Amino acid sequence: MIRFDQVTKLYKGNTRPALNAVSLEILKGEFVFLVGASGSGKSSFLRLVLKEEKPSKGEVHVLGQRLNTIASRKVPYFRRSLGVVFQDFRLLPNKTVFDNVAFTLQVIGKSKGFIQEAVPDVLKMVGLAGKASRFPHELSGGEQQRVAIARAIVNRPAILLADEPTGNLDPSTSAGIMTLLQRINANGTTVLMATHDAGIVDQMQRRVIELVSGQVVRDERGGGYQTQAVPVQQPFGLAAEEGSAR
Amino acid sequence: MRLGLILGEVGQGLRRNISMVISIVLVTFISLTFVGAAILLQVQINEMKGYWYDRAEVAVYLCTEVSNAGNCTLSVATPEQIAAVEAELESDTLAPYIERFEFENRDQAFQNFQNQFADSPIVELVEPEFFNEAFWVNLVDPTQSDILVESLGSMAGVESVEDQRAYLDGIFAILNAASITAVGIASLMLVAAVLLIATTIRLSAFSRRRELGIMRLVGASNGFIQTPFVLEGVFAALIGSVLASGAVVVIVQVFVQGYLGGSLSTTTSFVGLSDALLVIPVLLGLGIVLAALSSSFAIRRYLRV
Repeated sequence: MIRFDQVTKLYKGNTRPALNAVSLEILKGEFVFLVGASGSGKSSFLRLVLKEEKPSKGEVHVLGQRLNTIASRKVPYFRRSLGVVFQDFRLLPNKTVFDNVAFTLQVIGKSKGFIQEAVPDVLKMVGLAGKASRFPHELSGGEQQRVAIARAIVNRPAILLADEPTGNLDPSTSAGIMTLLQRINANGTTVLMATHDAGIVDQMQRRVIELVSGQVVRDERGGGYQTQAVPVQQPFGLAAEEGSAR
Repeated sequence: MRLGLILGEVGQGLRRNISMVISIVLVTFISLTFVGAAILLQVQINEMKGYWYDRAEVAVYLCTEVSNAGNCTLSVATPEQIAAVEAELESDTLAPYIERFEFENRDQAFQNFQNQFADSPIVELVEPEFFNEAFWVNLVDPTQSDILVESLGSMAGVESVEDQRAYLDGIFAILNAASITAVGIASLMLVAAVLLIATTIRLSAFSRRRELGIMRLVGASNGFIQTPFVLEGVFAALIGSVLASGAVVVIVQVFVQGYLGGSLSTTTSFVGLSDALLVIPVLLGLGIVLAALSSSFAIRRYLRV
C-alpha cells in the first residue's frame, strides 16, 4: 500500500532533514498511528504520501505507483484514491454539510445521480443523517470532523490519511471519531493517523510508528504511545517484544 | 453538471471581483479600439496610395523670364526647346514608360489655378505670367519618375522635373506616423490589460483558495480547476473586445463615412463598413487569446503540485 525506501526530505534553507532515511511499509487494511513530537516529521511523511512534496532522496511507492516519476498532470487522479482529514476540518463555510461532501464528487466529475445516492449514504455512516442541510458553523467540532471524514471517504479511497484529527476535540468526542475511523478501517480502508493523543493510541493497541527528528525510532504492532526516544532504532522483532512486554 | 458547476464558479468569481472586471473591460476596450484604429488607418493609407498614385503626374516645368534655376537663363523657353522636349518624350527611349502627356501653356495653368482656388483672395494677386509652361506626364509605373528626371532635367529650357508623388509621400508619412503612434499606445495598453487580467485572476484565486485547496486535495484535474479562472478572464476581455468592435464601427460609420466622407468624398475614397467588419474578428481574437494566455499563466501557480 505505502512503501518508503530510504526516504530523506530536506527543506530548503534547513540543514537538518525533516525525514532522514526512512524505510517502512504499510500493508493493506492496516491501522497505523504515526506519533512523535512536533517537528519530528509526521506531517512531512503524510505530505510525501499525498505527493504534495517530493522526497530529496529515496523513493515513495503508494498504491503500486512510484510517486517520484508520476507526471504532475496525473497527480490529481492519483489523489482520488486517497482521503485526507485535518485537525482544522477545512470545510467550506458557505456550503451545507451535503454540499461540502458533494463538492468532492462534483469536482472529480461524478454524475448527479451518483452524488444524490452516495452523499446521504456516507452521511448516515458517519452519523449525520439528519444534518445534511446544516452549515458547518451550526455544528459542533466533532460533527464538523465527521463531515470532513465523510468528505474524505465518500469516494471510497483505499487509504485514509488523518493529520491529528482529534487535535481540536475533547476526549469523549475524540472517542466517537476513533470509533468511526475504526469502522472505516474495518471496511477495508487503510488508515494512517498522525496524532499526539496518548490516550487514544494506548487504548487502540494498533501498529505505532514513532518518529524522532525525522527518524523512525520505533515501529511496533499493538503498541502504545511512548514518547521517550529510544536512541538507536531497534530491529522490528525486538521492538515488538519490548512493546508486548510492557 | 460539470459545465453548470464551472459556469457557476465563473459567475461567482466575476461578481466577487466586479470592480477589477470593470477595469479589465475598460482597458481592453480602449487598447483594442486603438488597435482597430491603427489597422483601419493602414487600410486607409493603402487605399489613398492606390487612388492618388494613379493620379499623380510628373511635371516638366519650362523656363520663364524670371527664372534662373536649373538650365534657365532668365529667358522664356523657346519654341525649339519646347519641341525638343516634346520630341524626347515621344522618343523610343521614353515612350514605353509614358502613358500619356499633355502640354499646358500659361493661360491654361492660370485658368486651372483660378478654378482650384476660386474662393480664395489669392486669385486676384496672380497673373498668367507667374506660371510656367509645363508638360504633364502620366507614367505607366508611377514609381519610375527618376527616368524622366534624368533624361529631361538636363535639357535646355527645362527649369525642373517634379514628381507630385513627393508631396503625397509627406502626407502618407504623417498618416503612417499616426498609425504607428496608435499601435504604440495600443501595445502599452495591451501590456496593462494583460497584467491587470493576471492580477485579477490571482486575486480571484486567492479569495477562493480554500476551495482550490480542497479541490487539489480530492483530486480535481488541473483543467477543471483552471477553466473557471481562464473563462473569467476571457469573459471580461471579451466584453472589452465587443465594446472596441462597436467603437470601431461607430468611428467608421459616423466619423469617416459621415463626416469625412461627406466633406471630402469627391477627392478621396474612405474605409467603409466592410473594412471595419474585417477588423472586428481580429479584435475579438486578440482580446480572447491575450486574456486566455495571461489568466492561465496567472493560475498556474495554484496548480503546482
